[in-house]
Amino acid sequence: MSATATRLGLAAMVVAALFFLFALPRFAELYVLNDITVYAAMATLALSLALVWGFGGILSLGQSVFFGIGGYAYAVAAINMGESTVPVLLGVALPMAAAALLGYFMFYGRVSDVYLAVITLTVSLIFYHVMVATSGGLTGGQIKIGSAALGGYNGIPGLPVVNLPGDPAAQLDFEGMYYFAVGTLFLVYFGVRWLLTTRFGRVAVAIRENERRAELLGYDARLYKLGVYVVGAGIAGLAGVLYANWGGFISPVVFNIFFTAQVIVWVMVGGLGTLVGPMVAAVALQYVVTELGAAATSEIKASATILGVRFDARDFLDSNVVLGVVFIVFTLFVPKGVAPYVQEKLAPWFARRRADGRAAP
Amino acid sequence: MTGPILATRGLVKRFGGVAAVDDVDFALAEGELRCLIGPNGAGKSTFFKMLSGQIRPTGGRIAFRGADITGFEPHAIAGLGVGIKTQVPSVFDGLSVRENLMLAAWRTRPRHAAAAAVEELLARVRLTAEADRPVGHLAHGQRQWVELGMVLARDPALVLLDEPTAGMTHEETAATADLIRAVNARCAIVVVEHDMQFVRMIATTVTVLHQGRVLAEDHVDVVMRDQRVRDVYLGRQEGPPDA
Repeated sequence: MSATATRLGLAAMVVAALFFLFALPRFAELYVLNDITVYAAMATLALSLALVWGFGGILSLGQSVFFGIGGYAYAVAAINMGESTVPVLLGVALPMAAAALLGYFMFYGRVSDVYLAVITLTVSLIFYHVMVATSGGLTGGQIKIGSAALGGYNGIPGLPVVNLPGDPAAQLDFEGMYYFAVGTLFLVYFGVRWLLTTRFGRVAVAIRENERRAELLGYDARLYKLGVYVVGAGIAGLAGVLYANWGGFISPVVFNIFFTAQVIVWVMVGGLGTLVGPMVAAVALQYVVTELGAAATSEIKASATILGVRFDARDFLDSNVVLGVVFIVFTLFVPKGVAPYVQEKLAPWFARRRADGRAAP
Repeated sequence: MTGPILATRGLVKRFGGVAAVDDVDFALAEGELRCLIGPNGAGKSTFFKMLSGQIRPTGGRIAFRGADITGFEPHAIAGLGVGIKTQVPSVFDGLSVRENLMLAAWRTRPRHAAAAAVEELLARVRLTAEADRPVGHLAHGQRQWVELGMVLARDPALVLLDEPTAGMTHEETAATADLIRAVNARCAIVVVEHDMQFVRMIATTVTVLHQGRVLAEDHVDVVMRDQRVRDVYLGRQEGPPDA
């Protein structure tokens, strides 16, 4: 991508940030802001995989495990402490520590790409089953950490919302949460953009391009991959904190295969190797899934009987079916994803404009 | 007199029951240029990969300036000041020529000094005009030069080159020979090569490997007259030329 396009992209994102932080809240309804809050959490999660997979070349199929650890860490700590500053930090630090441990064995053990993907997915599923088992079930003995009951499949409801640092009484209202989430999203976005311009970021991309070459130049690929993985886990954890705050709720669903698969779909559809693509795809697909979910439960009643089997339209509006279809369609027709597709389409236009500019006196 | 910059003693690599490299003693003096030749399957590539840390030896030792580096990771060997060029051009295809060289130059220089060094290198490998193009878009010979540039960007004390002229045109090969001789003024070089024409262009001392062992080691002209070398190596030239 040319330097001009890079600058234009940056300018567009600054404008978008200013719009969401200063213009939109003035006229949007509160429920719209509340919806955008959760989209911001999901877009932050998308950014974490966009970095780890798109730039680090690490296919972390179970990226949402760090989202979940972040959410749970926040939930348990906030319930026990009654103040949110340390819980938020824990929600970032704990996933990073988990990633450092898991990543150490994967990268220093030279686990190959496919196995790495499987391992990350498996770890997520293990967390799912462990968290589901915390209710104690029929045998009783529900598991608590301090005063926080983990609650098994039902999760932990009624979480304390983030407060201003040091003042537990000053909890954020809906609008405050909106600023917190959207502000975090853009901060993370610009932070990752900056990271990718640093030496660390360039070497990480070089390792994605050709790991052996990078090593023959003297870069320890294991260390750089671990670094990217840990940073990505911190971002995912932060997204989990936002998510837990938005609903005041966290449950093992965040560890299950459907949740983690949708993150992959966001990055694929948005464009591997871009940041803004996965962010936009996360928001757009979340929106579609939410709307369809609402429609499926209320409005749509169509059904048909084919060969004696009754098909109900609602069954086909299952969000996983929709995501699956989106995934297949994009893999077939827009394999690079939306953002690279748009860039390719815009490139000739930029080139023409530049040529015109030169021709003009 | 100083000791060798690179030495191996009793180096062995077995794949299953087959010894690809079998008890090789090798010594390279500071500033020396050495060519490593031998027919296909002689163990050249395996030997090269052990020197560069890409595979671990089954037995024996490798020493760099007297220090044992046996079993070191590739990045650690590279970090000692060894520049390595693999057989198939190993470059960052998605990045520009300048960025490729920059990544190499960063290892040994602060950021601003690296930028200046890269401009100089671009001229040296004759790629200034292509500096901002992705390496993946360049011709094969040019990509070889990008990799050579990356090796040189780090001011290595020792350079290991695996078939540096593979796939090059005749002019490119000649230019590469000039470049290698120029580079040799500053550092020791090991070249693994098939192309005997090229070996004659650059070589002084040649080591011939055959079935994992050192068959001969002498000046190129002496080696070429050696009947055993002719039998195992030059005799093969009747067959189809190999890659």
